[in-house]
Parts: sequence; structure tokens; C-alpha cells
Amino acid sequence: MYYRIVDKLFEHSTRLLALSVLILLGALFVVLFQEAKPAIDAFGLHFIVESKWAPNMDIFGGWPAIYGSIVSTIIAMLIATPVAIGIAIFLSELAPPWVAAVVGSAIELLAAIPSIIYGMWGLFYLAPILRDIWGGNGLGLATAGFVLSIMILPFMAAITRDAMKTTPDILKESAYGMGATRWEVLKDVVIPYVKSGIIGSIILALGRAIGETMAVTFVMGNVHKIPQTIFAPATSIPVTLANEFTEADSDLYYSSLFYLALILLVISFTVIAAAKFIFLRKIEEARA
Amino acid sequence: MATICEVTHDHIIEVNDFSFYYAGSDTPNLKHVNMPIGKGAVTALIGPSGCGKTTLLRCFNRMHDLYPGNRYEGEILFEGRNILDKNEDLIKLRTQIGMIFQKPTPFPMSIYDNVAYGLRLKGIKDKSELDGRVEQALKDAALWKEVGDRLKSPGTALSGGQQQRLCIARAVAVEPEVLLFDEPTSALDPISTQAIEELIVKLKEKVTIIIVTHNMQQAARVSDYTAFMYLGELIELGVTEELFITPKEDMTEQYITGKFG
Repeated sequence: MYYRIVDKLFEHSTRLLALSVLILLGALFVVLFQEAKPAIDAFGLHFIVESKWAPNMDIFGGWPAIYGSIVSTIIAMLIATPVAIGIAIFLSELAPPWVAAVVGSAIELLAAIPSIIYGMWGLFYLAPILRDIWGGNGLGLATAGFVLSIMILPFMAAITRDAMKTTPDILKESAYGMGATRWEVLKDVVIPYVKSGIIGSIILALGRAIGETMAVTFVMGNVHKIPQTIFAPATSIPVTLANEFTEADSDLYYSSLFYLALILLVISFTVIAAAKFIFLRKIEEARA
Repeated sequence: MATICEVTHDHIIEVNDFSFYYAGSDTPNLKHVNMPIGKGAVTALIGPSGCGKTTLLRCFNRMHDLYPGNRYEGEILFEGRNILDKNEDLIKLRTQIGMIFQKPTPFPMSIYDNVAYGLRLKGIKDKSELDGRVEQALKDAALWKEVGDRLKSPGTALSGGQQQRLCIARAVAVEPEVLLFDEPTSALDPISTQAIEELIVKLKEKVTIIIVTHNMQQAARVSDYTAFMYLGELIELGVTEELFITPKEDMTEQYITGKFG
């Protein structure tokens, strides 16, 4: 029958489109792995902990970049998390509706600012200020972490607020009905109820921060060393990739950059998968 | 005017010429309600959807104050004081007038902590006093036999009917004067419903109960007085048997015989 064939055709073609996402993901892994293969063969897993990066001697170690990515992200999370949770609590529980609507939209707009603009602000405005405070040239992990924290703050605040809003009104009402204050309702009911959602939101923001290139390329300093302090210049995986492909004059150099990219993909992928499947499952179920 | 029977119990609450407006509404959602509530009795509020029975119930503990813009007019006297007064201490009011909701609402904590919650809010810290009152509340809510040996497990792990009795235990633990039930069995199966109904009848020895129900049989089974409401007005308050057998108002008769609703 004609309509059955059309229906089947429709089903299969849409399925193919959906599968293409998975195929793309797999292809990405394969290409990165293939390109990184020479470096993997040359350095093995030792690449991860080796801190020497000497292109003229064909010695490559990923540790400074990995270290920079992790530390700048940790700094960003330490600054952004408390502020984002504070904003989310205010918007979801305390603010009058019109304030929540206005501030909420402002936050969503902030989240849409291209990250290069945060990077420019960091280089031209923030770095000179930090230079005056800490000395040095004002570039490094602390500056990068600070810029990153401002960049992820709106995103983190928005999704944390969404997580907090999943608390059923009736549950909050029953706490108020027991004679609880707003603070007690928040502390005893809302936060325990949405705890995993909040953790998931934070990890999702972490996933964004760790792979961020544009916002930090300007302010990291791009030095392949483990810095003495967080105020000294350093590098991170995306910063290294953005800066060095044009300079990669040997095959091993080129391949080592791919190795770094592969490591970054694995880290981001793990982080986001953990957020989605462990912590945000309840939220997704609540939305469904 | 509504037909109001004589309430022979002492009047713990008196609703006098009371109107209520939801935020942004120019016309009252409850209109000039006058109603006494008998102390130690069960009063059922019945009526079709949208008649204002839940709205009225949520006035007794000022739950409407959680959402800005809602407005009360008239007075609700609770043991002689007007609880609509702007200086009314809502925290204290809500420990005196507790509430049970349409769905069980266990807090994300253990069974013990759920029941101890209101006691701790009141500042009770003594372990042996908490233990004693948690046990008593669970016994009052007919739940002790089922959960007495697993007080540390999460409240959300119980069945729906058990969760609702946990919420009742949580509410009675603080020894309120009045308990408000908002369709407490609408989310439960018939066996759990029966357990809750038996509990309500038993609880009135200790506490005054006002129950909203969409189920007329339930009102007939558990209540001493029944109030029939329609379109924001109280039509008739009667002794339950009389109201269901010989209603004074035509509208009440039409509703209970199923002509509308």
C-alpha cells in the first residue's frame, strides 16, 4: 500500500538524520585519534604527565596545558559557583515576579555574549588592573580563571535557577504550612530537593569552561611551563591549539597538538556525560 | 442568604462577612462568607470545581500570602483573634493550624526527620523528647507499626498512602489546634483512602478538622458538619446527616442528587 511505503520512508529518513549525529561524534573521535596516533606512539600515556614542551627538540609534553586548563577552570568555578547559586536562589525563590523576569532575561542575554568579547575585556581592561595589583604582566591562570568565571556565570545562574524551579509548589507550601521561614524552606526543602540538579548545572558549566578558547586565549600568557604562582603566565589546551597549529612545522608537533585535542575531548565528554546522566536525569524527567 | 445550622460545638473559628480576591481580580472569589467551625468536630467543604472550597481552606492558614497581590476582607476569628490582622504572626499561626495537601508531600529527608521537622522548627532539640514525640505522632497517624523499625529510611521511599500518613504525622507532631485537609485522598487508592478516612475520624478527639473533598460519600462518612459552596458563596452549612438527607436549600439538593456539578 502506498501510504505505508511513504510512512516507512519517512521513518527511515528521519532515523538516518538522527543517527548522523552519532556518526559525526564517532567520526570526530576516529579522526582525532588517527591524527594523534604518531604522538601517542612516540610518547604514550607519559605525554599527560610530561611537562617539557620543546618543539625544536621534538619533545612534547601535555602537562602544562592540561594543568592550565584544570587550574583556570577550578579558579573560575570557585568564583562563579557561589555567585551563581546566590543569583539562582534570589530569582527562583525571593524576587518579585517582575524582577525575576527582567533580571532573568538579562542573564540569558549575558549568556549569549560571544566569548571573544569577554576575552577582549579581560586583556584590555582587567589585565592592566590585575597587573597593578599583583605585578607581572597581568596575564596568567588567575586572570584567565576570572574571565572564565564571568563568562560562565550567566549560563550557570540560568540553569541553576531552572533546576531550583523544579521544586513542586506543593512541597514548598507544605514546609511553609509547618511554620517554616523562607530561609528554612530553602535550606531544608528546596536545596535538598534540587541538589543533584544544582551539581549537574555546575558540572555543565565546568564543561564549558574547560574547553573555552576565545575568552582565555588573550589572557593566559601562552607559556608552556607550570607557573610558580597562579598570577604567572601559563597555557591551557584550547589556548595551545589556537596558537600553535600555524607553527607546527614537524609531524610530531602537529600530531601532539591532536593528542592534546583528543585529551580535551575526552575530558569534556566525560564531564558533560556525568552531568547529564547522573545529576540532571531528575530534571530532564521532570521536564518530560 | 446562606442557611447556617446551629453549631453546637464550641466555635474555634468564626468566619464573619469574609471575602477574598485573588491577585488582579476585581470581583471577589469568595463572597461574604459567614461560617462557624465547631471545635473538635470535622467540617467538610463540598461543591463543584471552582466553587472556592480550596480557596477558603487556604485562608485559614493564610497560605495565599505566599503569592503577592491576594487580598482578604472581613474577618476570620480563631480563638477570638482576627488572623487576618496584618500583625498576625504567620509562623505561629501555621503551627496552630496545620495543613495536609492533595498529594503526599514528604520532604527530601528521613521518616524521622520529616516528623521531627516542625518540632525542630519550634526549637525542640532534646533527643529523648524528639524521639517520644515522633513516636507518638507516628502512632497517632497509624503509621508506627509499619515504619517504627526503619525511621532512618527516606520518607519518599514509602507508598503513596504511607506518605500521606507521614504528612499527617508531621502535622500532628506539633500538636496543632486545627488541621486543614485539602482533598487528602484524591491521589490515593481505595484502601489507602479508607485508612486516611479512619484516621480523620480518630484524630478529631485531639484536633479540629476542616476537610475539602470532591467526594460527597467521603464528606458523609467522616464529617460532623458539611458546608456546600457554589460560585464563591457558602450556600448551606448543616449537620452532615441532615444536609445529605434533608437539605434546606434547593441548590444543595440539586448538587447532592447529582443534577449538576
